[in-house]
Amino acid sequence: MTTDKYLDDIKEIKSLMNKSTRFISLSGMSGVMAGIYALIGGIFGYFIIEKARENGTRDTLSRLTTTPWDQNPSLQILVVAAIVLFMAVLTAFFLTKAKALKHKQKVWTKQSIRLVVNFMVPLHIGALFTLALLQYNLIGLVAPAMLVFYGLACINAAQFTLGTVKYLGLSCAILGLINTQFIGYGLYFWTAGFGLCHIIYGAVMYYKYDK
Amino acid sequence: MSLINKLNKAFDHRIRLGIMSVLVVNDHADFKELKELLDVTDGNLASHAKALEKEAYIRVEKSFISRKPNTKYIATDLGKLEFKKHIEALEKLISG
Repeated sequence: MTTDKYLDDIKEIKSLMNKSTRFISLSGMSGVMAGIYALIGGIFGYFIIEKARENGTRDTLSRLTTTPWDQNPSLQILVVAAIVLFMAVLTAFFLTKAKALKHKQKVWTKQSIRLVVNFMVPLHIGALFTLALLQYNLIGLVAPAMLVFYGLACINAAQFTLGTVKYLGLSCAILGLINTQFIGYGLYFWTAGFGLCHIIYGAVMYYKYDK
Repeated sequence: MSLINKLNKAFDHRIRLGIMSVLVVNDHADFKELKELLDVTDGNLASHAKALEKEAYIRVEKSFISRKPNTKYIATDLGKLEFKKHIEALEKLISG
C-alpha cells in the first residue's frame, strides 16, 4: 500500500519535471506533413535539375541574382524550397496549436519559447554558413551543410520537447555527413532527410504522443 | 524502518514535492507558473513555499515587473541535494 504511494510520488515528480521544461504539444502529424511537402518539393527539384542539365547551365551566386527566372534553375529550386518551408512551418503551427488546445495548454509558454530559441540559434548560424558556401561557389556543400545544421538544431531543441526530435536530428546530421562524400546528389539526400526522415519520425511521434 | 527514516519530512506533501520537482530542473519559476503547473490555490502554494523557504531549501526573490509585484522561487544548493537524497530514498523503497 505504501509502496504505491512512493511510486505515485516518483511519477508525479517525473511528470512535473517534464511538464515544466518540455513543450509536449508539438504535433507529430505536422512532421509527417512537412515530410510530404518536402517529398513533393524534391520531385519538383528533380525536374528543374533535369531540365537544367539538358540546357547545360552551370550555377553560381552571381548567375542566381542576374539570370531571368525561366533560365534560372537555382532560383526556381530556391522558390520551391521556400514554399516547402513556409507550408511546413504554417502546418506545424496550426497542428501544434490544435494539439495544445486539446491538452488545455497554451501555445506560447516559457517552454515553447525556449524550444524555438534553442532550435533557431544553431539553424541561423547554419544559414549564414550556407550563404558563405554560396559566396565561394561551393554549391555542392550547400545541401550537406543545411542537413548537418538542421540536424544539430533538432538535437539542441530536443531536450525541450518530445525526445523523438533528437533522433530526427541525428538522422539528418548523419545524412548530411554522408552527403559530403557524394557531392552532386544533394537533392536526393535532401529529400531523404527533410522528406523521409520527417515522415518516419513524425509518424513515430504521432503514434507515441498525439493519440 | 531505517529506509523510511531517510525520507525527508519536509517533502512529505504532494505540493512541496511538486514545487521542488519544478525548481530543480528550472533556473527559477514564478508564483503564477508554479500555481498553473501544480494546479493549486494561492494560499496553499504560499504556505507550502513558506515551509520550504524556512528549511532553506528554496530562495524567494520579490521584484516588480512593470509595476506588478513578481515572486520568483529558486532552489538552493541545499534544497537540490536534499531533494536528490529524497528521490533516492523513494526509489530504494520501491525497488524494495
